[in-house]
Amino acid sequence: MRKPFTAFRGIAAPLPLSNVNTDAIIPSDYLRSETTDLARGLFGRWRFDAEGKERPDFVLNRPPFRRAEILFAGENFGCGSSREAAAWALQRFGIRVVAAPSFADIFYENAFRNGLLAAVVAPDDLAAMVAALEAHPDDAQVEVDLASQTLVRGNAARIGFQVPAFRREALLRGDDEIAGTLRHVETIGRYVADDRARRGWAHRAIAPKENP
Amino acid sequence: MTAGATLFEKVWNAHVVQRFDGDRDLIFIDRHVLQETTSAAAFTGLKRNGRPVVHPELTLATQDHIVSTEPVRDETSNPGGLELMRLMRANAAAHGIRHFGIEDPRQGIVHVIGPELGAALPGLTLACGDSHTATVGGLGCLGIGVGTSEVEHVLATQTLLLQRPKTMRIRFDGRPGPGVAAKDLILAAIGKFGISAGRAHAVEYAGAAIQALPVEGRLTVCNMSIELGARLGVIAPDDATFQYIAGRPYAPRGQDWEAALAEWRTLASTPDAVFARDVAIDCAGLAPQVTWGTTQEDVIGVDGRIPDPATYGDRDRRQRAAAALRYMDLKPGDAMEGLKVDIVFIGSCTNGRLSDLEAAARVARGRKVAPRVRAIVVPGSAQVKREAEAQGLDRVFLEAGFEWRSPGCSMCVSINQDVVPPGQRCLATSNRNFENRQGPASRTHLASPAMAAAAAVTGAITDSRKLAT
Repeated sequence: MRKPFTAFRGIAAPLPLSNVNTDAIIPSDYLRSETTDLARGLFGRWRFDAEGKERPDFVLNRPPFRRAEILFAGENFGCGSSREAAAWALQRFGIRVVAAPSFADIFYENAFRNGLLAAVVAPDDLAAMVAALEAHPDDAQVEVDLASQTLVRGNAARIGFQVPAFRREALLRGDDEIAGTLRHVETIGRYVADDRARRGWAHRAIAPKENP
Repeated sequence: MTAGATLFEKVWNAHVVQRFDGDRDLIFIDRHVLQETTSAAAFTGLKRNGRPVVHPELTLATQDHIVSTEPVRDETSNPGGLELMRLMRANAAAHGIRHFGIEDPRQGIVHVIGPELGAALPGLTLACGDSHTATVGGLGCLGIGVGTSEVEHVLATQTLLLQRPKTMRIRFDGRPGPGVAAKDLILAAIGKFGISAGRAHAVEYAGAAIQALPVEGRLTVCNMSIELGARLGVIAPDDATFQYIAGRPYAPRGQDWEAALAEWRTLASTPDAVFARDVAIDCAGLAPQVTWGTTQEDVIGVDGRIPDPATYGDRDRRQRAAAALRYMDLKPGDAMEGLKVDIVFIGSCTNGRLSDLEAAARVARGRKVAPRVRAIVVPGSAQVKREAEAQGLDRVFLEAGFEWRSPGCSMCVSINQDVVPPGQRCLATSNRNFENRQGPASRTHLASPAMAAAAAVTGAITDSRKLAT
């Protein structure tokens, strides 16, 4: 089990770019070891210059967005490489929700499997939220309620977001997906037995311990 | 066989263990291929929960991403990658998984060795912790690129819980002229349909131009499915496919071969199959393609000019194009041909196979790499390297002044020492031209192997058809 996803209020940061790819989210330098500082690596090339100094104009280097827990981004967020470190880096930095009009398929899976909410918002709602956050950085607290699928900034109108019901429930419960699948282990066993009878060739070992 | 079913649906449906709400299916995974940079945390997760690897005999592992590509090498040749290489080796050994390490004659890029060894076969599902796993779709195998949590899920259950994708077909009509490669077809399609056209879809590539491709070219087309946004991409297997597979180390033999072949012949989409999205591209008159920007849809023919962002109707597209031109140091209206390059990279899971090296060698033969250009050739696998050397291609490249290196992902992911220096311009046969992908401030142009060789010997982007021999 992971920690259930509960409602919270946090700073939201605007990053209204389309096609933010996973190389941008976490550059490959941070994939060379299991113990790299993924929080520092998040948007590494955008946050830091070649000498490692902060670029003051990047949104996550500006107050109050340095403490952002919610990110409002453009369409097709997380395209490119399958690196799950993209989801891990967002979380290590403190991001718990990415809201965007659309997400790349693999990033979307990776996000939910780590308890990171990928919330699909309407493009107009995104544009309004980004404009409000840029105009009023002093009023950047956004309330996230997964159960009712809403986001509210200050006293502004609440906006809705889309998330498939099964993903919402899994986040709210903190499901471990592997444990869930292992509850079907007998069904998997029956499938394998039936399929072996049907397609024996497909089940022959490709990697026995002895040499082929 | 099933009336009105697509190739994708036939393979998918044959692997459904159980259906769930939300259009999700628990899918059995016939083959699982591991690499060193996306699997370590999966094994840590298994250990934490006391879970075994359920089907080590259907799993194989290699080292490809972080290995050094020095001509003579071992694990220590890239000290920065030792931790992950050793973890891959140790995890494979601990779980009885066949491991093709850097010293093994079967080592290579995951998506090159899968087909090469006969581990990827028509009608199978194959998972791998890498976004280019759809490569094996070129054989009619359903390759599913996954993250590390899903790698762990496959290790623990031999299944994946997946949302059923919608179907999409891209028909490649017409006959491309000589010197136009598989890479050009897929780049042109990405240019036409965009980098998110295939999101939430399984794409089938069809049409005369696809059927005419040799099997390795079909692997190249499917390889770039993720660059269309699609996790899955397939091409109907045919006699060329079966001929390619026959006799490979893990290919079925004897009665198994006959049974497999009988099934494979039923896999193609039926003529009345309906695709949720059905589009076409005309390949007649297509020029070799080159990317000019920082996504793969930023692509034009080599005979074209850098587009003016102002001509795009969409504001977001306009801004992205302008930013891409600034990053790439290009001006609207500039000719693509003649643009000077600093580095040429031939290799990767997109274009690191024997036929790719042959195409590059046909251009390189008897010529010299231009002064001040660094040109590297990185075979996709140890087998590709051996086969190329048996033909003398290594000598062709070396005599022309190219580096002839050892197999690995190299300058495609640039997570080892193979990096493009800041500000330098690289013509690469790989798949991603993102900002900083090949190194901080690197500038990448994607193109075919022949185009890469042409750039290497002229020092500038050049229509490879002019150098054809």
